[in-house]
Parts: sequence; structure tokens; C-alpha cells
Amino acid sequence: MLNFSKINIILIYLIFILISTFSIFNFLNNENSFIKKKVNLGLDLQGGSYLLLEINSDSLVKEKIQSKVIPIKKLLKENNLNFSAFKIGEKKLSLKIDDLEKFELIFFSKKDNSVNPFIDSYRSYELDYNKLGNNNIEILFSKFGLLTINNAALKQSIEIVRRRIDDVGTKEPTILQRGEKRILVELPGLKDPERIKKLLGKTAKLNFRLVADNNEFGVDELISETGEKLKISKRIVMSGENLVDAQPSIQNQRGEPTVSFTLDRLGAQKFGRTTTDNVGKRLAIVLDGNIISAPNINEPITSGNGMISGNFTFQEATDLALLLRSGALPTPLKVVEERTVGPDLGEDSIKSGLTSLIIGFILVILFMFYKYKIFGLVANTALVANLLMLIGTLTILEATLTLPGIAGIILTVGMAVDANVLIFERIKEELKTEKSTIHAFDQGYSKAKITVLDANITTLIAAIILFAFGSGPVKGFAITLGIGIVTTLFTAYFLARHLTSLIVLKKNNKEIKI
Amino acid sequence: MISNINFVSKFKKANLTSIIIFILSIFLIFFKGLNYGIDFKGGTLIELRAENNINVSIIRDTLNTMNLGDINVKKFGNDSDFLIKVEQKNSNDNNLIPEIKKKLNENLNSKIDFRRVENVGPKVSAELLESSVIAISLALAAMLFYIWVRFEWQFSIGSIIALFHDVVITLGIFSFLSLEINLSIIAAVLTIVGYSMNDTVVIYDRIRENLLKYNKVSISDIANLSINETLARTIITSITTLLALFSIYILGGEILRGFSFAMILGVMIGTYSSIFVASPILKFFKVSYKTLEKKEEKIVP
Repeated sequence: MLNFSKINIILIYLIFILISTFSIFNFLNNENSFIKKKVNLGLDLQGGSYLLLEINSDSLVKEKIQSKVIPIKKLLKENNLNFSAFKIGEKKLSLKIDDLEKFELIFFSKKDNSVNPFIDSYRSYELDYNKLGNNNIEILFSKFGLLTINNAALKQSIEIVRRRIDDVGTKEPTILQRGEKRILVELPGLKDPERIKKLLGKTAKLNFRLVADNNEFGVDELISETGEKLKISKRIVMSGENLVDAQPSIQNQRGEPTVSFTLDRLGAQKFGRTTTDNVGKRLAIVLDGNIISAPNINEPITSGNGMISGNFTFQEATDLALLLRSGALPTPLKVVEERTVGPDLGEDSIKSGLTSLIIGFILVILFMFYKYKIFGLVANTALVANLLMLIGTLTILEATLTLPGIAGIILTVGMAVDANVLIFERIKEELKTEKSTIHAFDQGYSKAKITVLDANITTLIAAIILFAFGSGPVKGFAITLGIGIVTTLFTAYFLARHLTSLIVLKKNNKEIKI
Repeated sequence: MISNINFVSKFKKANLTSIIIFILSIFLIFFKGLNYGIDFKGGTLIELRAENNINVSIIRDTLNTMNLGDINVKKFGNDSDFLIKVEQKNSNDNNLIPEIKKKLNENLNSKIDFRRVENVGPKVSAELLESSVIAISLALAAMLFYIWVRFEWQFSIGSIIALFHDVVITLGIFSFLSLEINLSIIAAVLTIVGYSMNDTVVIYDRIRENLLKYNKVSISDIANLSINETLARTIITSITTLLALFSIYILGGEILRGFSFAMILGVMIGTYSSIFVASPILKFFKVSYKTLEKKEEKIVP
């Protein structure tokens, strides 16, 4: 175990130098250099906000099932299927059908079936039906139909969230899908997430609807911004989808902040027609079911440009413009988890983390030197190398360092010497029975090998499970702990063994004490 | 110098102590319960630093006027830092945090820096608890399997009982002292599982080696010999690990204090259990060189 070929020695030190060099990059200002790798600081160390958002597709499912009512009725009539007792429920439609066999044939047909399309990727129809007995059935979304709705909503939500956050202009946000219903948002450096939360909390569904003078299309009774009770027609003149731009502006006469918007061609046409036909009436601007304002139509607006006023502060006007620009969310988003760390707490954490690392390191080094003298130096050299390689590996992987991650490094320092302790203690035993010192060292290394491996693999298993199940900062701990074990094995079994062999071979089989 | 302490003679007393503490811990965990933090219970946590001198009762009184339910306010680290925990009463209220901040800003005669704000909804906290339980169970199962593959089933049972012993007693002490259980404590518990296993494996490895070397000697003597032979290593590694951990505990700041405390407990209990729990179980199963014979070729690479 003490003989190293030249190639081996070169390889060992080459690997060590290569990996540990990367640790230096963290301390250089390497903006312009060839390698830009650095360890990322977690939100708990650099400060920032972590938000976990959840979509709720219930309202969407309700909307979608309602939109199926007319097509289904049409389909049944076209095929001369008699039906009765048609009812619209929360998430399903119930009805009675005379000829169920024929219905099934039509309902589950792959060809030209726009009512119940076949989803190729799931090999399933969008809708399904249950027999309730006595020719009564209920129609509802199939499992995969629901999944399709959910996935589309999630995808679209992520896109809108990204647009809104980009528009606010925070630095380097992370926006990721988490599971089937959630979106993870990380905003480094953000001290107060309230504005972002407010912006993400609004679906921002904008409608222009006439204030009704009859009940022709059905009306909603809403309270206006001035406290007036208004009957608003259910018919939507134009929605936010037709907006191509929205900007905050100051209205000249009163210096009142407003939002001016620009419509696309179709929107401009619709808007122009409605305002021409309804001069003198009031047009309500409704956002998420609340009236922003309901101004009088003084003259036809055909230019495709308009303005929304509504007692805004400038900040409110800015935010509303942002929401309108980014588009509406398909479903409301709820913040289900939130963690914000201020920048100075992060700084304090780095400071105390580093202090405890340095002190812990010094204590372990002193203890090892006291215990093993010259071989203590070998173990300590391995420990320094271990630390450099650990940080180097974290840099290469561009891993995220968290406060628990720093704790993981310190713990690695404490536990890493174990491999060398195991070996040294074994050599001590061998020295008692072996006459040849070299042979004793050799035996010590080979006999301790299995134990060292077994012992470290158990900790590695714990680290891997922690990585798989942990979240955020805890994951950072698992990463440093896991990598620490690998670098520990390398430094103990290659670097320290080589250094030991140099000492032993130099003494040329004279007695050595550990 | 290899020590020659008669550990086996102390097995009985130690086992009795272990069993009593183990049962006490289970009682504590079930009847007193664990003090779950917001990670697992849901709720809001605010860490703030005040510029002027204020005391805990002003903060408490201010929050009590808001009718927030169960509130916990305490000093956190030094005199100007406070930690507020609010039970989740209304899970849908996204305005809770800004309202609390506003109220505190109005009522405390001091500039306040909100250093940390966390809010965990009830659904997420339930999931976090579930995944933590799964993680710990999975870790134990993985260890059980690893030892079973590398050794024999008797060793596997022995090590898993030792691990249970460590985890349960650590949690029992946390329950007894009403210390908070949060995600980082779970990380600590998993690391303890790894560390304790590490310790046990070293002794088991030696027991296996000695069983094959002296096949006429009884398991009691083999265990005693093996524990003594590895004792120096056991102690030295515990010391270096504890040096690192105490350094975190004392200097690592308030956030890591619970974590490092759990680890310190775990390292001590884990070291104890490798000697006094894991080894006696081999004696209980009457492990001998014959137990190893079938697998001998596989074990020694």
C-alpha cells in the first residue's frame, strides 16, 4: 500500500491541484476571466425572498365545463339524440338520454370530435361520463382532461409570473415549476416581497362592460369606486387580451395618475363600434370583478388608444399598467410558503458561519497534532487539502452554499479526520506485532480500508436521502456533507497515504512511533 | 496502548438505563409532544432587530391587540433581537405579514429592521412533516439494508436498534426541553443516523474480524476485545467531531444553535449506543464465527 508508481503520484496531485484551484476563483474578482465559476450564496446568506405559489384550477374547470354546454347540446341535436333534465353543476353536467349506446358511439369518436377531443399524449378523451342509472348520466372531465387543464394553466401562470417579475426588474430571479400545482420564485436581494406578492396575487382579468339599462344579457350588481351601486351588463365588450400595451401616465388637467392603453386591431374595432353606438352611456372598467371606474362615453373612440382613471396613486397606476401589460393569470395564485431574509442577517450569518468554521478547523488541527505529532501533520495536510477540494468541487458544480451548508463543511472537518484516525490506530496495532515497520504501515492501510469505506458509505447514504427529500437550505447541507465524504476518502486514501509513505520510506524501516 | 476495560460487565446496567430512557422518551414524545416550529405546524415567524431598547412585553401587547391567536415572542440571541411566532389562524390571509409589520412600526418606539420573515401555509407544513418522516424512515431502511448486505442480519438488527435508540432519545430530550423541531433538526437527526451508523460499523467490522480470527472465543469476549481495540478511535473521532460542533454551537449564530445542539446530543448518544446497544445485541443473538461462515467468501474481498 505504500508503493506508488510515478503515474499514480502525478495523477493524485494533478487531481488535487486541478480541483482545489477552483476554490480560489471564489476569492477573485473574475468578471472578465475565462472561468466564471463561483459558489452561489443561498438566499439565507445573501438575503432575498423565496415564494412558493400554488395555482387553483377549480374555477377554470368550472368555466370550461360551462363552455361545453352549448357544443354538447348541439352535438346531441345534430345526431337526433333525445335528452332531458339537462342540469349544469359545479364541475359536471347531468342529463337523461334515451339512447345511451348511440350516445357513447358519438361521444367517444376520434374523428372530428371537437366536443370531446382525444388527447394523444395521454391516450385518453378530454371528457368522460358516469352512468347514474335509469338512463341518467353525468358528464365530467376525465382524469387526464383535468390534468391537461391544470398543466396548461400552470405553464401559462409561470409565463405570466415571469413577465410580471421581469417587469419589476429584480436581479436574477429564479422561477421554476415545483410539482403539478406550484411555482417556486426566488428573488435574491429583495428585502420586502409585499409588492411582488401583491402583483402576483391578482389575476388581472380586465373587462370593459356597459352599465346596463335593461336586463337583456343578464347583469351583475357591482359597487363602483365611488360607492355607487351599478348594474353591469354580463356581456363583455372587450377584454384585456386585446391590449398590446399599457403605460402609467399623468393626466394633464388635474395631474391625476392614469393608465393609458393601446389596443390591437380587433380590439380597436370592437371598442370603436361600441363607443360609437353608445355615446352618452357609461362604460365600466372591471378588474377581477371590481369596478375600477365607470366613465361616461363622451365621444366615439376609434383610435385604439384609451385611458383608465380611477383615483390611483402613481404607484398604483404603474402596477396596474404592469399587470395589464403582462396579461391575466388563468387562475388565482396563492402564496403557500414564504421566506425572506434581510441582507444584514445574511451577512451576519456568513460572518458567524466563517468564524465557527475557522475556529473549529484550528481546534481540530491542534488536537490532531497533539495526538499524532508528525502524522498529525500528515492528517492536517490532508484536512487542508480536503477543505480546498470540497470548496473547489462546490465551485465546479456551482452549488448553492447555505448556512446549514457551512455547518456541513464544519462537520466534514470534524469527521474527515476519522479516516486517518482509523488508519493510524490500525497501524499502531500492527506495529506491535509486526517487526517490519514498512510492513506494519502497509498492513494498517489495507486492513483499515474496508472499515473506512463501510463507515463513510453509511454517512453518504444519509446525505443522499437528505438531498432527495430536503428543501432549500437543508439541501445545501446535504450537498456539502456528501461531497465532503468523497473528498475525505480521496485525501485520506491517496494524499495522506502518499505523504505517510514518504516519511516511512525515508526512515528506512527504523522504528517509528505514532 | 490498547485499553482493557470490561465493557461487557456493564452491558446489563447500561441496557437497563437505555431502556428506561428510551421508554421515557417515547412517553414524552407522545404525551408532552414535540414543539414543532412553523416548518411543520404552519404559521408566521418574524425576526426583528430594534434600534432602541424595547422589551418583550411591548411586542406581545401590540400583537395581542390584533387577535392573531397563539403568539410567542422571545429574545433571540442578543438584547435587541426578537423572534415572533404567530400561529396560523387564517391560512388564506396574504395580508397578515404587512399588517403585523405596520402595527409594530406604529407601536414600538424604535426603528425596526425586519431581519427574517417566514410564512408556511398549513398544506405545505403538513407536506414538509410527511416528507421528513419519510426521509428518516428511508434512511433507517437504507442503513438496515446496507448492513444486511455487508454483514449478517443479526448485525443489521443490532445497528437498527441502536439507531432507533439514538433518534428516539434525541427527540425525547428535545421534547423534554421543549426545543423547537424544524427542518434543520431533521437534517441533524439524519446526520446523527449517519454518524451513529459509522461508529457502529467500525466496531462491527472489528467484531467480525475477531470472530474469524479467534473462533473459539465467546462473543462476549470478542465484543469486549473489539470495543477496546477500537476505543481510541471512537474517542478521538468523537472529540474532533464535538470540537467542530461546539464551535458551531457557540460561534455559529442563533439559527444554527438548535441544529448543533441536536448534533452534539446525537454524537454523544450515538457513540454510547455503538458500544452499549449495538454490541450487546450481537451477544443476545449468540453470534459466533459460525454465523459468518456461510457468507465468509463474500465478506472478505
